[in-house]
Amino acid sequence: MKSTRALTCAALATVGALVLAGCGSSSGGSSPNANCASGSIKAAGSSAQGNAITDWINAYQTQCDQATIDYQAVGSGAGVEQFVAKQTSFAGTDSGVKEGDLTKANDRCAGGPAINIPMVGGAIAITYNLPGVDGLILTADVLAKIFASTITKWNDPAISALNAGKTFPDATIAQFHRSDSSGTTDNFTKYLSATAPTAWTFAPGKDWTAPGGQGAKGSDQVIASVDGTAHSIGYVELSYLFGTTNAKAALIDNGAGPVEASSATASTTIAAAAITGSGNDLLLKIDYTTKASGAYPIVLVTYEVVCEKGLSADQNPALVKSFLTFAASDTGQNMLNASGYVPITGSLLTKVRTAVSSLATS
Amino acid sequence: MSTSTDETAQSAADPAGIAGAAIRAGDRTFLGLSRGAGILVLAVMAAIAAFLIWQAIPSLQANSANFLTEQAWLPDQTPSVFGIAVLAVGTLVTAVIAMLIAVPIGFGIALFIAYYARPKFGKALGFIVDLLAAVPSIIFGLWGLYNFMPAVTSFAQWLSEYLGWIPIFANDKQLWTKSLLMAGLVLAIMVLPTISAISREVFLQVPRTHIEASLALGATRWEMIKMAVFPFSRPGMISAAMLGLGRALGETIAVALILSAVFEVNLHITEPGGNSFAANIALKWGEAGEVGRSALIASGLVLFLITLAVNMIARWIIARRKEFSGAS
Amino acid sequence: MSVVEVQEVEAAGHLTGRRLPKWGTPTLAGGALLIGLLVQLTGWTVIGLAPGVVAAVVFLLGQAIASLVVEGRRHAKDRIATTLIYATFVVALTPLLWILLTVLAKGLSVFNWTFFTSTMRNVSPRQPGGGILHAFLGTLEQVGIATLVSVPVGILAAIYLVEFGKGRLKFWISFFVDVMTGVPSIVAGLFIYTALILTGILQQSGFAAALALCILMIPVVIRSSEEMLKIVPNDLREAALALGVPKWKVILRIVVPTAISGLITGAMLAVARVAGETAPLLLTTFLAQDINLNAFNGSQTSLPTFIWDQISRGTAASVNRAWGAALALILFILIIYAAARILAARFAPKSR
Repeated sequence: MKSTRALTCAALATVGALVLAGCGSSSGGSSPNANCASGSIKAAGSSAQGNAITDWINAYQTQCDQATIDYQAVGSGAGVEQFVAKQTSFAGTDSGVKEGDLTKANDRCAGGPAINIPMVGGAIAITYNLPGVDGLILTADVLAKIFASTITKWNDPAISALNAGKTFPDATIAQFHRSDSSGTTDNFTKYLSATAPTAWTFAPGKDWTAPGGQGAKGSDQVIASVDGTAHSIGYVELSYLFGTTNAKAALIDNGAGPVEASSATASTTIAAAAITGSGNDLLLKIDYTTKASGAYPIVLVTYEVVCEKGLSADQNPALVKSFLTFAASDTGQNMLNASGYVPITGSLLTKVRTAVSSLATS
Repeated sequence: MSTSTDETAQSAADPAGIAGAAIRAGDRTFLGLSRGAGILVLAVMAAIAAFLIWQAIPSLQANSANFLTEQAWLPDQTPSVFGIAVLAVGTLVTAVIAMLIAVPIGFGIALFIAYYARPKFGKALGFIVDLLAAVPSIIFGLWGLYNFMPAVTSFAQWLSEYLGWIPIFANDKQLWTKSLLMAGLVLAIMVLPTISAISREVFLQVPRTHIEASLALGATRWEMIKMAVFPFSRPGMISAAMLGLGRALGETIAVALILSAVFEVNLHITEPGGNSFAANIALKWGEAGEVGRSALIASGLVLFLITLAVNMIARWIIARRKEFSGAS
Repeated sequence: MSVVEVQEVEAAGHLTGRRLPKWGTPTLAGGALLIGLLVQLTGWTVIGLAPGVVAAVVFLLGQAIASLVVEGRRHAKDRIATTLIYATFVVALTPLLWILLTVLAKGLSVFNWTFFTSTMRNVSPRQPGGGILHAFLGTLEQVGIATLVSVPVGILAAIYLVEFGKGRLKFWISFFVDVMTGVPSIVAGLFIYTALILTGILQQSGFAAALALCILMIPVVIRSSEEMLKIVPNDLREAALALGVPKWKVILRIVVPTAISGLITGAMLAVARVAGETAPLLLTTFLAQDINLNAFNGSQTSLPTFIWDQISRGTAASVNRAWGAALALILFILIIYAAARILAARFAPKSR
């Protein structure tokens, strides 16, 4: 009968799919590393570090195939909220958990405390699409005016003054910013407020409040818009510039000469940041006004918010510690370079490793 | 048609109780189950309203600005300042644009499938239109942003150049992308399958006797549609439009991708800008703090109430039409 | 009024009025195209309209005037209506086909055996490879659970409205079913999130997502089932009742089986509607890169959240995977529609 045959086929197909599922998920089991932990954990938060965390998770899981780490890039605010609501084992946030919110987080860690550990750095690249113009140089002041829509054309004398020898078209600047709330916007507007307070009069924050330009949802849409629109400019995390056709990164002159956006130049700025947290809490205050030579000033840092102590057993503190140890290791931090992120370096990295090693495993 | 099953009627028909307790119990259980399912609908609606209100209150208390007229959206600031003016305008404007386009075209294509096209071709066409309802809205958003918008920008430019003397079409920014008009156009395409599918079903249900009678009297095809089809189908057509409107009001992701999300009420629909309730929730939820999330839920509650109002008005219109039409 | 005009024409001695010749419409169309071409070549624009638009307007006006003069008002109206309705066909079909072809073109390039049989575990966002198996199974489970809950509840509620309901309760239930059809999908997600997840009753899981989908499915099932049950002729019910069959048996054994093909179609359409919903899933599920068959515990990805995540990664490889998943989703829903039609035909009452 036709219908029973159809049903049998369907049943076989489902069984087949499930069997293949078993085949599909197991990776080639390499010899278990001594630093492996097993089980599963969930983490959520910043989307800026999303691809970096995925790289780390993949590398860790390849070594330790008994572990499963799921990271959801829902945004720093939602990430911290889920951590505080005990739905995740740690959170990723671009702004860190500060004084007021720290109490809730400490409660979540049953006294804890909860600490911020910076793990992923990022450079905020000023990306532009100007056919025929390479190596655009901008200063904080001009940048602020462009993004505040007070400079509206590419052939404005302020821009030409910084870029001798380059020809600019008589075209309107198509400015793109973030329509969604974002830690990248937060850091970028903090930079503009700190370095160009007369040109940038808007309060810094996760939401774009300056007039003009167009909003795009997510760094992925900002870079796609800039890449696809001639005479445009926007700001994205450096890693998003990989694989673009027309979008390039501008050089920023912080007073000591134009600096390219790269892992090396950004890590200089991050390594020089002051630590405002106490004990193992490594909340940083970035000096956006740095005039150091070769230091790219527009940077952001993503913190992993974890319980130093007090994470319940079902949230697998051992795996959290093991994973973060891998992330803070030389192997882990070197992986950031390859993907356009910025590693933590120097004495800050030493403090990060100390903090990670102090995490309780039970 | 709805026969009552109250027990007094049963026992009046069966005074000696010959039928036995089994029947009454079976009927009672079944009635209870099905009535319970119906009441579940009421319970869920009440629960939605209750939970949204409960979660929205903290932000409404913390708000230092007027919730209804404030344009900015900064709930996590101290002091908290947020209001739904921009969201309400954006939601209604995009929905109206979508309806103005999708309703005539939806009815048109439904009429085409039902009365103008050859049956097989009509079925195939109907199938394709139905398939569009299956496309996830993020795909609509991406297609709308990267394929559709560049092609339609010239239309927006034409509007602002030749009809710019009408205030809503004026364009002072010389930018025509990511506007309420674009979002409205993409929304129109998104709700088109819904409106057309339902009105098509309704048109196909018109009794053949009505149609044949009008044609026998010498009516042209259009007169037949006006005389026989529309009066019969009016409630169904209104339902179809209302369902489409519901979808247009609540569409989240496509609108979040397309709109430029400027927090300023701007009625120049060809300029970049605008935001809607649902899109705003999608854009702000990830980074919102506690007050921020509560504020977003408050805006969700307003959206829910608007949908409720729209449905009530639709029902009222249908009820009034039923009095006049005389169609069963 | 149409009857009067017929009488007028009859009075003039003809049974039918004069008609445009067969070559009338094609000639007009040709003329309009020529004018359009003229606009294109010479650049003489009328208020900046594109050549195609000019041609269309010329055709419409020309046909209307010709028809008005030759055939009379009634037939002119008919011709204008016909042209406009054919026009809506073209205007509607263009973007619809455009989207389908875009998804087809972009998604097909990623389709291969691996894509359907592997997961994203240990796949780099920058490298092609990986697959949607985990997302597909997640969608199957979430939509499956939602269907298992919504269809019985929906059909039972429809039975209440059609067979039992009277008075105020029926009015309010019917009213709120209408309202429920309008609940925005993100509000459904917010409700489940605030009522069940924030309060700690449920974790973010496939089951929570299924509940949010139920809110969207139940009113659709109720509405369509109600229509199908109403269509069952009353004679059947009354005959059975006259024979002494208890009411609940009449419904279960006679009414429902008669309407079953329509009920199945309604249920399938509801499934197709929610399979592609993203917003409620973002709030109620947690993203996973690997298969999780436990819908009640743990992270579980579905096709819509997979698409969402891959788009946000921003790399070319991830965006391609997203389009592939979108095409897979559309094909899945196509299969559901086809299954609905086959089952409906199979179970349709063999009357007539």
